[in-house]
Amino acid sequence: MSHYELRCRECGRTWGNQPRSICEDCFSPLEVAYDYDALRAQVSSGTLTRECISQRQPNMWRYSELLPLPHGFTPRLPVGFTPLFQAPHLAERLSGTAAAGNVYIKNDAVCLPTLSFKDRVVAVALSQARAFGFDTVSCSSTGNLANAVAAHAAREGLKAWIFIPSDLEPAKILGTNVFGAKVVRIAGNYDQVNRLCSQIADEHHWGFVNVNLRPYYSEGSKSVGFEIAEQLGWRLPDNVVCPMAGGSLITKIKKAFDELIKLGLVEGKEVKFFGAQATGCSPISTAVKTGSSEIEPQKPNTIARSLAIGNPADGHYAIKTIKGSGGWSEDVSDPEVIDSIRLLAETEGIFTETAGGVTVGTARKLFHQDRILPEETTVLCITGNGLKTTDVLAGLYPAERPIAPKLTEFETYLQRTLDVAEVPGVIAAAEEEVRLGA
Amino acid sequence: MPITVQIPTPLRRHTDGVGFLTCTASNLMDLFAVLDEKFPALKPHLRDDQGQIRRFLNVYVNEEDIRFLGGPAYAFQEGDEVLLVPSIAGG
Repeated sequence: MSHYELRCRECGRTWGNQPRSICEDCFSPLEVAYDYDALRAQVSSGTLTRECISQRQPNMWRYSELLPLPHGFTPRLPVGFTPLFQAPHLAERLSGTAAAGNVYIKNDAVCLPTLSFKDRVVAVALSQARAFGFDTVSCSSTGNLANAVAAHAAREGLKAWIFIPSDLEPAKILGTNVFGAKVVRIAGNYDQVNRLCSQIADEHHWGFVNVNLRPYYSEGSKSVGFEIAEQLGWRLPDNVVCPMAGGSLITKIKKAFDELIKLGLVEGKEVKFFGAQATGCSPISTAVKTGSSEIEPQKPNTIARSLAIGNPADGHYAIKTIKGSGGWSEDVSDPEVIDSIRLLAETEGIFTETAGGVTVGTARKLFHQDRILPEETTVLCITGNGLKTTDVLAGLYPAERPIAPKLTEFETYLQRTLDVAEVPGVIAAAEEEVRLGA
Repeated sequence: MPITVQIPTPLRRHTDGVGFLTCTASNLMDLFAVLDEKFPALKPHLRDDQGQIRRFLNVYVNEEDIRFLGGPAYAFQEGDEVLLVPSIAGG
């Protein structure tokens, strides 16, 4: 008997545990509900305490009781428990004050095995795919999910069919091919791929991680929230800034915090949730800014392709999470995304993909709008790795003419370089100061 | 206007297993009226108590989201293929 089951988010009907994402009564999404009384009993008996958890292996499986894992599940990959650290140099640049020491980066750019937070959701989805008897797993993806499904499927000995928009970054396509997955390129945007996959899932008995396994899959995102709380010393931050594509992650970090409060593992606190989008695909931030509770779908046009979902399935819930927390949502242009990728790299040594640029750029806007204050504890969720989207930086760092291996050549080069301040970091810093009006 | 409609698997228990049908409808509300008459059990699953299309139901016409074609005001053309599809998550 599991301590969790599927429940309709709208009408409340329960569906046990099965590969299903939609309530047949009201067509609304299902989500995993837990027996919190049983979990509280474990806390009381001392088997689910802060101390117990902190002694477990440093990966997301340390929160197994709060994830929908099949009975007897044995993890085969150490996913998650990525670094959370202070980012003082970035904080100074975001807030404009030297005193801001409370900005933290949750760095899923180094999540294993495929360098994005999608490893977390796929790890949970594939545990259930096995339990439900699927021999083939599948997904529609904007890239990171494709990488994660392909890698985890290889590790689990499952076949993988991956559906992607044809304009995806080459590194994300290669990073799927290499695991032996069958990659199907679709001449259309992600929303069209997604719609097709919904139809394919109707016809084929495959475990689609973001269709029929979706309720389990999305629970994996909670591990980001559990880790943030534990790594802050079992306390919650004041603010979380989170990129939004389908809108699921931000709602699941909120669910994670709520569960920790419910179980008495952290003190209760109102955390503000801030959603980040690219202006070229901003259905959720547009709704928040215009005061709407519904999503108007958009045709994506942005370099932040991992966030390019114009019809976000969880958009409605993301809006509720943001508004209900007293947070806000902003969006940033493509040039701002690139500037922000460079800013994070130059200030903190983290190379993030375009989605991370969206998060940092949005955080900068939120600081300037005084929606986030320097003295507050703020966590920026960096969800993917810059090595996967190097194409967007093409041309920014042209290869220079090589110099001869002679000291005199170098001294001449150095003088010439300093004369025109051609040191990349210096350039970006100067641009930044002009923009900030310093 | 003769059009074809595809019903997704989760809703076919309300259509006696029918997955496709050809019918005549001039717009979406007209189509819903046809479906209501043919499959009375389907009605509450497509629209809420206020008669609005359910939030998590997407309607596509020839693979395009109907909201990009003018929404419920869109006038069906002969041979249009209408898909009813639940929202699914991304990444």
